[in-house]
Amino acid sequence: MRRQPRLVTEASQAFSFSRRAWLLGAGQAGVGVLLAGRMGWLAVAENARFSQLAESNRVNMTLIPPRRGWIVDRNGAPIANNRTSFRVDIIPDRLEGGDEGRERVLRALEVLLRLTPQDMERVRIDLKHAAGFQPVAVAEDLDWERFAAVSVRLPELPGVAPTRNFARSYPLGAAVAHLTGYVGAPTAEQFRETHDQLLVTPGFKLGKDGLERALEHELRGTPGAKRVEVTSRGKLVAELPTRPDVPGRNHRLTIDAGLQDYAARRLGTNSGSAVVIDCRTGEMLAMVSMPAYDPNSFSAGISHLEWDMLSGNDHVPLMNKVTQGLYPPGSTVKPMNGLALLAAGVGASDRVNCSGAMRLGSSVFHCHKRGGHGPLDLRNAIMQSCDIYFYEMIRRVGYDAIAPLARSLGLGQKFVLPFGSQRYGTVPDSAWKLKKYKTKWTVADGLNASIGQGYVLVNPLQLAIMAARLGSGRVLQPTLLADQIDNNPPPLPISPEHFATVREAMWGVVNGGGTGGAARMYVPGVSLAAKTGTAQVRRITMAERRSGVLGNASLPFKLRDHALFVCFAPADNPRYAAAVVLEHNGHTVRNLDTPMIGRDIVTYLFDRDRAIKSLAEVEPTWGGDIPTRMAAQAAEYRAARNLPPAAVATKNDAVVPSNAPAVAAATTQADKQAATLEGDGPTGDTIAEDGTTEGTQQ
Amino acid sequence: MSRSRFVPDAVAVLPWRVIGLVLAIGLFGQVVLFSAAGGSLRPWALGQGIRFFVLLGAALALSRVREDVWRKGALPVYGLIVVALLAVELLGKVSGGSQRWLDLGVIRLQPSEFMKPAIVLACARFYEMLPIGELRRLSGTLPAAALIGIPAALVMLQPDLGTALMICASGATVMFLAGIPLRLFIGGAALLAVAAPLAVNHLLHGYQRNRVLIFLDPESDPLGTGYHISQSKIAIGSGGIWGKGFLQGTQSHLDYLPEGHTDFVFATMAEEWGLVGGCLLILAFLLVIRWGLEVAQAAEGRFARLTAAGLATTIFFYVAINLSMVMGLAPVVGIPLPLVSFGSSAQLTVLLSLGILMSIDRQNRRRQRW
Repeated sequence: MRRQPRLVTEASQAFSFSRRAWLLGAGQAGVGVLLAGRMGWLAVAENARFSQLAESNRVNMTLIPPRRGWIVDRNGAPIANNRTSFRVDIIPDRLEGGDEGRERVLRALEVLLRLTPQDMERVRIDLKHAAGFQPVAVAEDLDWERFAAVSVRLPELPGVAPTRNFARSYPLGAAVAHLTGYVGAPTAEQFRETHDQLLVTPGFKLGKDGLERALEHELRGTPGAKRVEVTSRGKLVAELPTRPDVPGRNHRLTIDAGLQDYAARRLGTNSGSAVVIDCRTGEMLAMVSMPAYDPNSFSAGISHLEWDMLSGNDHVPLMNKVTQGLYPPGSTVKPMNGLALLAAGVGASDRVNCSGAMRLGSSVFHCHKRGGHGPLDLRNAIMQSCDIYFYEMIRRVGYDAIAPLARSLGLGQKFVLPFGSQRYGTVPDSAWKLKKYKTKWTVADGLNASIGQGYVLVNPLQLAIMAARLGSGRVLQPTLLADQIDNNPPPLPISPEHFATVREAMWGVVNGGGTGGAARMYVPGVSLAAKTGTAQVRRITMAERRSGVLGNASLPFKLRDHALFVCFAPADNPRYAAAVVLEHNGHTVRNLDTPMIGRDIVTYLFDRDRAIKSLAEVEPTWGGDIPTRMAAQAAEYRAARNLPPAAVATKNDAVVPSNAPAVAAATTQADKQAATLEGDGPTGDTIAEDGTTEGTQQ
Repeated sequence: MSRSRFVPDAVAVLPWRVIGLVLAIGLFGQVVLFSAAGGSLRPWALGQGIRFFVLLGAALALSRVREDVWRKGALPVYGLIVVALLAVELLGKVSGGSQRWLDLGVIRLQPSEFMKPAIVLACARFYEMLPIGELRRLSGTLPAAALIGIPAALVMLQPDLGTALMICASGATVMFLAGIPLRLFIGGAALLAVAAPLAVNHLLHGYQRNRVLIFLDPESDPLGTGYHISQSKIAIGSGGIWGKGFLQGTQSHLDYLPEGHTDFVFATMAEEWGLVGGCLLILAFLLVIRWGLEVAQAAEGRFARLTAAGLATTIFFYVAINLSMVMGLAPVVGIPLPLVSFGSSAQLTVLLSLGILMSIDRQNRRRQRW
């Protein structure tokens, strides 16, 4: 049934209208209040948020990479500084128009920057592998004309970022490579960890290795910011005030740049290292590992080709041999042994008769001199580097009486230096062997250790410290940073008479008819005290010994003996100490052997001109200075290979020299060699040679 | 109603209060457009200003037209516009992805715009003719629903969601004021609540559906369709209480705010004039609308009453929908802010409506004087 509609009259309808119109008006006023309230919410409560959003819309901020702090030598000469550089990058994310657009931009850049096909190939490969936000370097170190040519055409080149910035420069090149390390573009992982916009700013580089990495925090500085007002289409409207960058802190080293460069050149074609230390304070005046890479080209971004070349080199240019190379110290430990023997009650004039060999159980231990030295005391034993003397004396006192002194002179010790991945070696004793091999220490172990072979492994820095502590009688700590110098290191608890005996013997090594005669200095009033050493890296079988031990020159490089040298000067009042370690040198070439290299390096400190003249005479014989030889080597390497295109791609991963596979491989191999020698000593098949150059003997 | 004896009667009887408000809103709109163009009269402020004064003059002229003319013309004009809407459907040119314009060679007309006041007049006329007793029967509802539904459907086809909604809302307002049973509105609202999600999913065009979805979650697509709402909110929010100052808006001047001179002109204004400018503008609009409702209350006869209230509400819908949209309370449906947004159609409609309102007001006052 349908409900009867309510009766509606004109009057009731007019009343209804009034009522409903009022309702409507009230509703509208309500909506008005609601809208005003909403506006108030946006403009007052959320004002801060929206103001910030409007500001970030309006202002486009580009970071200016800070100028990196300089690294200077002890006299203020630059070791790492910055030079103005114009560069052009591509930001993959900002390229437009897909593959076609990218090719258009690349073709334009090829013409404007006059890029070679190889450059283009590299840029294309790098673009393919780059994460979108990571700038890909197109060209660095551009001249102003080419830089300007790109800059004025920017509107047609989306994704291209030309920047004027500061490139890292190492005036000494490869000579400081392992000291400073180098800088490079951050890796994608580093950006993902921090999300620091600075890391993806074109041209920004951070320390990758060496001091550059260790001091990164202080060298970096604070970035500046260029702020510009832009429209929604990215058109620049106005430049806003630029916040300047704060340059990083400069660091002064204890290194003498001239000496560092000289030592690097003087090492010649050797795979070796040299360390020079100030005997009064422990300041490191030179710390060289050669061959090395060129930190300038590493900082500009090296190709995989270059990296592979360095990795494949048997002279291990990627390794910092000063802190990463471990070697049996050979006869260089004999002065230290002498100190220990004196402390253990052996008289300085006690004699041992050297017949050339010594029987221990079923094994025979040989002296490097086949016929033997006859009877000698400690001084003569050090000067002649007699093995039998030390075998016999240490057999008497036991090696456990020697090891503590070896450690107190720095061997096998950890030194705090701003380098990652250092290796510290071993000074063995009975407790150490029991812990490591669960076997007892044998007399043969002691005999091997007494001539710096067997379980003994040290790095060149420790050898230099040993020489410096021998020379000064103080517990020096090596320092690299000028603000950390200890001017008054404590004295060693060793009697001055014992020091005098050993120093006198070391003087005799060079100046008294000892094994290091080649190291005699020609600076008036300055004489060198030294000890030579040879470390064998292979076994000599009884059969070989019967038929005559093979000369190093007839052995493959990796099987030749290491040559070692420690010294200090002046002998009567030690001021400087040095260590030179040449891998697989084998004492084959006189000019490239340790005594003359050591002599020249020390001569540089007393008579620079004489040292430079001496180098000028010999350098041409091995192919010229470092850049010349490196260039020749690179050209040869390239010529010998048909380059796969990927090889030119810029290397941009986390692998740096100090953790390179090539370095790991080299150290592993050295460890293996050491293991074969230390394994079962009783066969007595190791000898420590006298360290004189074979060439001069033949 | 005696003013100074030196003022002619024809001038004295004009509703100066509302003319003052409209002038204030219109001039303020031109100031905002001047700023939106980066401090230039061209391309917007000058043209808008000239049109504003011409149309205001026309509105004042319309105020002298007798109410009877509107009454008699209401349905024929409505019919004409429906025909024009059909013509747009058949002949309309594609313009901005939707067919809205009727190109007459000399001018381009947007018939849907005229339908906004016309639907009010047509519905008012229908309820005037409807015998009082029929009001609560189906015969009082269905014809009006058809009057509204036909043009709304045609406009939806264009497709123009905003205008279609406004036609429905204006028509429904007149039905409400005419005395249609409330349960129909309550029921209708309930039905709408159920049907809206279905309509969004099945009836709306792709871009319209997107707009609705993005309104519900603007941050989901900050650089696409949600960009409009996000940037508009940034402009309003960053303006603060006092605004950034005349010509100091960055959102509008640096082109971050899209349509800063048309649909989103309120955001342009709010960025520079702040909450204070926005509230004053809202207040001015509310006063104009209140005047319209007062005219309706004072009017004689159902047609005049319904027309006046309906037209006032049409203006209200313009303002409310536009501001809701600009402040992120409603989807972007393309309704301009009357008298402020650049563009002739809405300006024309609103001033035409004001002209009709003033004509009814004049009628009221003449009656009072006699």
